[in-house]
Amino acid sequence: MSIVVCKEFVNESKDMRQGYCEGMMRLAENDPHIIALDADLMTAMGMKPFAEKFPEQTVDCGIQEANMVGVACGMSAAGMIPFAHTFAPFITRRACDQVFMSGAYAKQNVKLVGSDPGITAQLNGGTHMPFEDMGIMRGIPTMTVLEPTDITMLNNLLPQVAQQYGMFYMRLVRKAVKKVYEEGSTFESGKAVQLRDGKDVTIIASGFCVSEALEAAKQLEQDGITARVLDMFTWKPLDEQAILDAVKDTGAIVTAENHNVINGLGSAVSDFVVKHTPVPMEMVGVQDEFGEVGKLDYLAGRFHLKAEDIAAAVHKVVARKQ
Amino acid sequence: MLCKDRALELQRFSKQIQMETVKTIASLGTGHVGGALSISDVLAVLYGNQMQYKPQDPRWDDRDWLVVSKGHAGPAVYATLALKGFFPIEQLQTLNQPGTNLPSHCDSNRTPGIDITTGSLGQGASSAAGVALALKMKKKASNVYLILGDGEIEEGQVWEMALFAAHRKLDNLIAFVDNNHLQIDGTVEEVSSMTDIAEKFASFGWYAQNVCGHSVEEIDAAIDKAKAQNGKPSVIVLDTIKGNGWSKIAGKVGSHSCAVTAEDMKSALAEMQAAYNDIGGAAE
Repeated sequence: MSIVVCKEFVNESKDMRQGYCEGMMRLAENDPHIIALDADLMTAMGMKPFAEKFPEQTVDCGIQEANMVGVACGMSAAGMIPFAHTFAPFITRRACDQVFMSGAYAKQNVKLVGSDPGITAQLNGGTHMPFEDMGIMRGIPTMTVLEPTDITMLNNLLPQVAQQYGMFYMRLVRKAVKKVYEEGSTFESGKAVQLRDGKDVTIIASGFCVSEALEAAKQLEQDGITARVLDMFTWKPLDEQAILDAVKDTGAIVTAENHNVINGLGSAVSDFVVKHTPVPMEMVGVQDEFGEVGKLDYLAGRFHLKAEDIAAAVHKVVARKQ
Repeated sequence: MLCKDRALELQRFSKQIQMETVKTIASLGTGHVGGALSISDVLAVLYGNQMQYKPQDPRWDDRDWLVVSKGHAGPAVYATLALKGFFPIEQLQTLNQPGTNLPSHCDSNRTPGIDITTGSLGQGASSAAGVALALKMKKKASNVYLILGDGEIEEGQVWEMALFAAHRKLDNLIAFVDNNHLQIDGTVEEVSSMTDIAEKFASFGWYAQNVCGHSVEEIDAAIDKAKAQNGKPSVIVLDTIKGNGWSKIAGKVGSHSCAVTAEDMKSALAEMQAAYNDIGGAAE
């Protein structure tokens, strides 16, 4: 792992889906076993260039998510490395039993990609706004659960995901995200990234909330609080050592996620913390609510996922340390 | 077309599968006996005459595949595999015992010769289509056989697969529907009628045939015809009797999963042995 963090956090110059498509094309060029499956969302996912360049490695199943996951599992049994994509709620909620039985229970090698995580579903609204996808996948034994933060990380992780045998779930924003890492940064699945250090609290964030956590840490400096910030892009397996270090060094934790706090990152971290050295914790995330329609900034405010919400949680948790 | 002697040989193989199935389930005292017995004839034709496989090399790259999507019929499949030498026949007695390699539902990670894990109904259908598609991509000549239950095809996933396989022209996929007319809560007619199954598949673009599911000659001939199809997946609807071969449960609601006592085993085996002897088994 070798990280260079951007000095300022601005939107990437291209959409995350373009990064995904380019990364998938690099994989497919080198390995005919790489297969891209979709359920009529290749256009939405920006995968048409892949389909045009690799028609023999493309399987658009039409609008049938359960069958798509099952087909992917069968292809895996016959030696292929399938990447199956649809919107996150459909690949996790709708095809859950297929993921469980045909995939994980059967020890297959399928890479599930769910797009539009949490509030990034924006104008598709509550029906398409998964705050539960990572929790569902986390509850399935052997599943590796990832949320790449930006295109640099995604491109670095994709070959690892392809090479490592087993079931993976990766939630991906389709549109532009804040760029956090400079090109050339490398990552290791299962290893958290320490973005900055501090002594009073550790903010453990993922996805949309990573740049918000960094912004919160800046604001907190003005209040005399220094915060360590971890990018916990792998929700399972958790980087337990990083959490232990956080507990030992800072004595308080705030988690921040674009997901329901039930079964989410906060749950995962607290499950671990309570078994070792319990410390004061706060969980920033969706408080067991359904999504609703809106633009990203409105939704981030509506569900309290912003830097100011993280900073407020830090104040609470630091007060409880006394 | 099977010659008479070969047909008799397959009929005897089917009876052996039935007898081993009953013994296997009786070792535990209960199990999915009805839907296991109803597929012994198709299993006998597949493993006795049609499929390419190597018992000593179950994952042989050029094998034909079998996906038993009605995964609860595991005991009949295990009996078939054991009789063909995939593992010692004594292992059948470990069905559902702690740590067994022979669980109620088919598990490809535990049992040599099981190609796909099944159990949650409908899911083997899509896995079979995925295998068939991957084999085509790999330019393999192998076929993928799929056994579905008539109750199982109430699952929507089966019909998603039916659309998909026809669209993808998976002519290396040959499905069977074990049309034994019964499901757990009653007859299929009563619970959720499927009416004409072959016609439904045909309307999805499949090559569909109806045969007697207890005639090895008809099953074998239908597989030959299915293999000759180009550009279409095939379905062979097997008209069967749930619990076939054991008159106590044959055709009865409740035969899906039921007790098989030591006494039951004795009478079932006596009945099956008599049938076996009638087709030349005694001389073997």
